[in-house]
Amino acid sequence: MQKSEVVVVGAGPAGLTAAHELLKAGAEVTLIDRNASLGGQLIKQTHKFFGSEKQYAAHRGIDILERLTENLIPYERFHLLSETTVVGFYHDKVLTCLKDDRYFKLQADSVIFATGASEQSIPFENNDLPGVYAAGAVQTLMNEYGIKPGQRVLMVGSGNIGLIVSYQLMQAGVDVAAVLEASERIGGYLVHASKLRRLGVEIRTNMSIKSAIGEAHVEAAEAWRLDEDWQGIEGSEERYDVDTICIAVGLSPLTELLEQAGAEVEYISELGGNVPVLKDYETTIEGVYACGDLANIEEASSAMVEGRIAGIRAAQALDYTVENAEMRLKALDDELVDLRSGPPGDNVRRGLKKMEGLT
Amino acid sequence: MIEKTGIPSKAQVKAEFPTPEELSRPKAVIECYKEIPCNPCETSCPFDAITVGEDINARPQIDFDACTGCGICVYSCPGLAIMVARLKNGEAEMKVPYEFTPLPEKGEIVNVVDRRGDVITEGRVLNVSKSAKQDRTALVHFAVDEKYLYDAISIEVSYGS
Repeated sequence: MQKSEVVVVGAGPAGLTAAHELLKAGAEVTLIDRNASLGGQLIKQTHKFFGSEKQYAAHRGIDILERLTENLIPYERFHLLSETTVVGFYHDKVLTCLKDDRYFKLQADSVIFATGASEQSIPFENNDLPGVYAAGAVQTLMNEYGIKPGQRVLMVGSGNIGLIVSYQLMQAGVDVAAVLEASERIGGYLVHASKLRRLGVEIRTNMSIKSAIGEAHVEAAEAWRLDEDWQGIEGSEERYDVDTICIAVGLSPLTELLEQAGAEVEYISELGGNVPVLKDYETTIEGVYACGDLANIEEASSAMVEGRIAGIRAAQALDYTVENAEMRLKALDDELVDLRSGPPGDNVRRGLKKMEGLT
Repeated sequence: MIEKTGIPSKAQVKAEFPTPEELSRPKAVIECYKEIPCNPCETSCPFDAITVGEDINARPQIDFDACTGCGICVYSCPGLAIMVARLKNGEAEMKVPYEFTPLPEKGEIVNVVDRRGDVITEGRVLNVSKSAKQDRTALVHFAVDEKYLYDAISIEVSYGS
């Protein structure tokens, strides 16, 4: 069986920084990602990031990705397995991987999971009609492959993803008919909402999608108003002539591999649903860590910081000396406190309190 | 209301502007109405005119005496929430961030939009800058009649059509 001292699963913002910290400390790291290109969601983030300088604020996600990747190249003990999917994980830290239609096993001393999250969908009539996309898929098509998903889009969801993807659609020359938001307030940052609104895109609160209309492809969408119990109000239907419906209603952490090995998972809605039970980023299986959106749904800036902390913790557990470890861990913790201390961090702070109660 | 529409009220907008006297020189106007964890406006300002402070979630405060209207914060703000405004010869001159192609040309007459995205007047493009350090956020400098000072926010996207 192939061996690697450390395996990092997922090469997004958290996985890349975790791998960097481990390599710096001297560990052997195999980084696995199912995509051909590294970076996870960063590869499609064409906007400038929020946060502070420590998280590369004011730089675009695509450029941050380049820096994070370059960090890894010089290390001799760095191995990359791209276009490789981890399909199995067992309590003795054996991973089953699939590459080029071949399965193989990999034994690790320590594993860091940074698998991220998958997009949620919502039930509505005809939601399987071609032309109904998840927002992340639209971003991949446009920003990674240069393909327009359609000519006119109805966006469902006004969180940061819905707002940012709407803006990027407009940049690509695709018309956004409106952004629907089921709750009574815009979900994402108001600066994103304002820059979309000044392009003439209306954001409609207390509204959701009722149905997709069309034979072989989306030809229109029907939206309706919601009452205070989030139920559609008959007679309030409005038709949008669009060829694309884009769903941006939230993310769910990808916990399956951890669950397969028996790591404890708990439902904490504030962190995004089912999340691994963590203490100092370590799961209930010793030597197995989780960070990034898998641990709690947040911005990429927090994921990068979490990856660093998980990487340092894992290196220490393997008896590597991390320079100025205490000072660095304290500084990284402070960065997370800063990023989460305002109103957008309310949910995560509440969720992490619940998590503390569990461990 | 802005939490429902993304459109700030006129009172909210006016509260962020310096006085017309102060606007005889160019000044940055920051429209960051809600706390978010972000401070590149503060760290990019070479004149220490913008303060977010230790808690990076705080709303930025600007010292109009220290601000020179240089425009560095305009392209550094990830939220595209800052512009530079000035009153001159009966016109309001504005320098706004712009991330669409094609870029307008100097001297071009363009449609100017308000915070709803409605075209409110025509404007004259004074200059367009897009240096490497702006990192693909162009600054479009345009002039409109001064009565649109609190309404004009950007130029209409043309898509070259």
